Amino acid sequence: MGALVEIDHLKVDFATDGGTVTGVEDVSFAIEPGETLCVVGESGSGKSVTSLSLMRLVEFGGGRIAGGSLTFQRSDGSLLDVAGASPQVMGEIRGNEIGMIFQEPMTSLNPVFTIERQLTDGLMLHKGLSKEAARGRALDLLRQVRIPEPERRLRQYPHELSGGMRQRVVIAMAMACEPRLLIADEPTTALDVTIQAEILALINRLKRENGMAVLFITHDMAVVAQMADRVVVMYRGRIVETGTVEEIFENPREDYTRALLAAVPKLGEMRGTSAPEKMRLIGDEAARATAAARAAEPAARRKAGVLLQVKNLTTRFPVKGGILRRTVAQVHAVEDVSFTLNVGETLALVGESGCGKSTTGRSILRLIEPASGEIWIGGQDIRALNRHDLRRARAGMQMVFQDPFASLNPYRRLKDQVAEPILNFGLARGADLRDRVADIFDRVRLPREFMNRFPHELSGGQRQRVAIARALAVNPRLIVADEAVSALDVSVQAQVLNLMMDLQADLGLSYLFISHDMAVVERVAHHVGVMYLGRIVEIGPRAAVFENPRHPYTRQLLSAVPIADPRKRRFADDVSFKPIASPIFPLGHVPAPSVYDEVAPGHLVLRD
Amino acid sequence: MKRFLTTKGVIGLTLVTVMALIGILAPVFIPADAATAMDMTARLSPPTLKHPLGTDQLGRDLMVRVLLGARLSLEIAVTAVLMSILIGLPLGMVSGYVGGRVDNVLMRLVDTLLAFPALLLALTISAVLGPNIQNTIIAIGVAFTPYLARIVRGETLRVAQMPYVEAARAAGTTDSLILTRHILPNIMPAVIVQATISVAFAILAEAGLSFLGLGTQPPAASWGLMIQASRDYLDRAPWTALVPGAAVALTVLGLNMFGDVLRDILDPRTK
Repeated sequence: MGALVEIDHLKVDFATDGGTVTGVEDVSFAIEPGETLCVVGESGSGKSVTSLSLMRLVEFGGGRIAGGSLTFQRSDGSLLDVAGASPQVMGEIRGNEIGMIFQEPMTSLNPVFTIERQLTDGLMLHKGLSKEAARGRALDLLRQVRIPEPERRLRQYPHELSGGMRQRVVIAMAMACEPRLLIADEPTTALDVTIQAEILALINRLKRENGMAVLFITHDMAVVAQMADRVVVMYRGRIVETGTVEEIFENPREDYTRALLAAVPKLGEMRGTSAPEKMRLIGDEAARATAAARAAEPAARRKAGVLLQVKNLTTRFPVKGGILRRTVAQVHAVEDVSFTLNVGETLALVGESGCGKSTTGRSILRLIEPASGEIWIGGQDIRALNRHDLRRARAGMQMVFQDPFASLNPYRRLKDQVAEPILNFGLARGADLRDRVADIFDRVRLPREFMNRFPHELSGGQRQRVAIARALAVNPRLIVADEAVSALDVSVQAQVLNLMMDLQADLGLSYLFISHDMAVVERVAHHVGVMYLGRIVEIGPRAAVFENPRHPYTRQLLSAVPIADPRKRRFADDVSFKPIASPIFPLGHVPAPSVYDEVAPGHLVLRD
Repeated sequence: MKRFLTTKGVIGLTLVTVMALIGILAPVFIPADAATAMDMTARLSPPTLKHPLGTDQLGRDLMVRVLLGARLSLEIAVTAVLMSILIGLPLGMVSGYVGGRVDNVLMRLVDTLLAFPALLLALTISAVLGPNIQNTIIAIGVAFTPYLARIVRGETLRVAQMPYVEAARAAGTTDSLILTRHILPNIMPAVIVQATISVAFAILAEAGLSFLGLGTQPPAASWGLMIQASRDYLDRAPWTALVPGAAVALTVLGLNMFGDVLRDILDPRTK
């Protein structure tokens, strides 16, 4: 029995207005039955194009298989040339012999069909089952992917399920016809870390039980380390390196692989240190030397003192209902949150989606009006300011947003966008303004030629530098970075993080670093606050929270993070975490105040 | 300017320019009474050497009338649409950006206007104000405003929740600057498309008003009036409808192409 899939010198072209563009070229690899092959690469590396070619779905995206061969061994043992197969044959293969899971569990289920309909359609088509038999099989599948109350789920619609459950349904659909190969294209990228852990464990178990091969596409090296038997590293449409997961992680042969691995923060590697540390970037020896020099004198540069103090901050959103659109309930987005942030330090707020970390950041800048609580920045009571004074005060506090593609106005030149806050506060004009903007471009290491460009001409990482430049323009003391590196490729993420740390050292900036990524937080933060359901459940010095987590939720979060080390596998068996409760409460609900136990100096844990 | 040099851009720009020139120059070179000069020996004549585009039921030369009618039709349609933009754009932007009670009041007002068919609304306004060109423009302009305001409000709502608007607010940008610098350029594509389509509808609306005796008064020539007048002779002399109809169609085609290219040029992403 030979390889299940053999791809040989695959070349895929895309027809565009500007002529033919090659998507992938000279891609060759094989998938053995029952193994997990991870294809890893940054955006634009061609990893998805490769998997779509195997399903011949690439044609629906305007692509064309221009060369090479794709051979798939069918269940009867015959070899099929996928590139030349008829649409009828491909229809038998798709969803039947090859299953596929997509990234976005919200959009890969049709919102107008019940779960039963989504699951049974494929079964009746491919396996010729009767309606009753298909229903029975659908129930089996839901049990197999460990969905609670499967009978009830069959009657529900996708919007009634949580994100994690939806992705389980998608997996159940892909598994419905017992495929011999499962293609998973970034199946956990859009999910929270605890749900990701559950889904990864589920895929591992299904693979083991069914002897199914998995082609796993991801950009996340930590997930690769957890999942892969063998790894294919891609870059710009070509294969850089192929090997077993141990070879790739412990003995990479190519520079690109080494650089990629160096840029990945590994949870736990900061054990025993207290100060943040820059990412190691290969080929960046000069930066490393300065980083070492800086690390030697961090305390000296840091001016002591508290910059931001938040006391009992509460923010709520109304839930409207009824014909009169009255407020019928409230989302308790931020509930009795208190913390302090020192000058020149970074406080990270971590937590899963919906925990209130972003709302906390926006409430501090009063981009959202908090319901109660106090916010003091450098001795100024932010909540007491009127509209006019608030606008003035915003010069001292700036924000960097998650999506660098949406946070810049597509119609304005970059220099105008960076100059805008300066003009708003009347800090400079004319030649002085031009110089100042040019200086800021130097500072974020963007070439000055970029000043006259528009946002679409830049890559994601460059745009995020512009966003940082805009935040820096008015010399703020506090920068709220809301998932500021989450949308970036890992090597770019490392560069932007290093830039932020350099700026902190040079300018004495304080960061409120909002993130879901525990490994990144471990790298950059002095202090960490873990948020759950609008409250901080644990807060303290980074080393204390990461090395001695006391709250059960912090432990759960830390245990769910995949580690970029194939020898530390965590998701072999089923894992399941307590689902997050709803933060919606009826009007008039008075929640209990947050009471903390101080388990060590500065290390506070919420009393349940 | 270079970026106008696509097939679409050249055709659009040419058509719009030619129509505008006809509108401006025709009354200068053609004596006004030529439009009403009747050739009783050649009524409903098909195109001949003497009447290159034929004549109507009163023997008036269609080419002369269509050339002279350009000014009136274009003047009314373009001014009316500009007026609807002038009122509807700020109305929609404020409504979408401020939200809350202001939005509710403004939009219920707009909904009330939308509840009447645009033509009926224009008819009522025109009837109240009295039939002349100026009132026709006001009637059509007001009737078209709610549609534009609705579209602008929707686009404003979409753009106002973009992170770059929040970023601008965090950077201390005032509301008026956010509206003019950040929101306005980003809603312009939708406004341009709506405006170019509206001009076509405005030409036809003017025709409708004229037909009911409230717009342009015969014997003056406007394209809409000519189309309406031709209705009884469609079977015998289809050119009486085709000639002004073609003028409307070419104008609208030109404006649409022009609008498309203009939108692309204003968008830095398509450079």
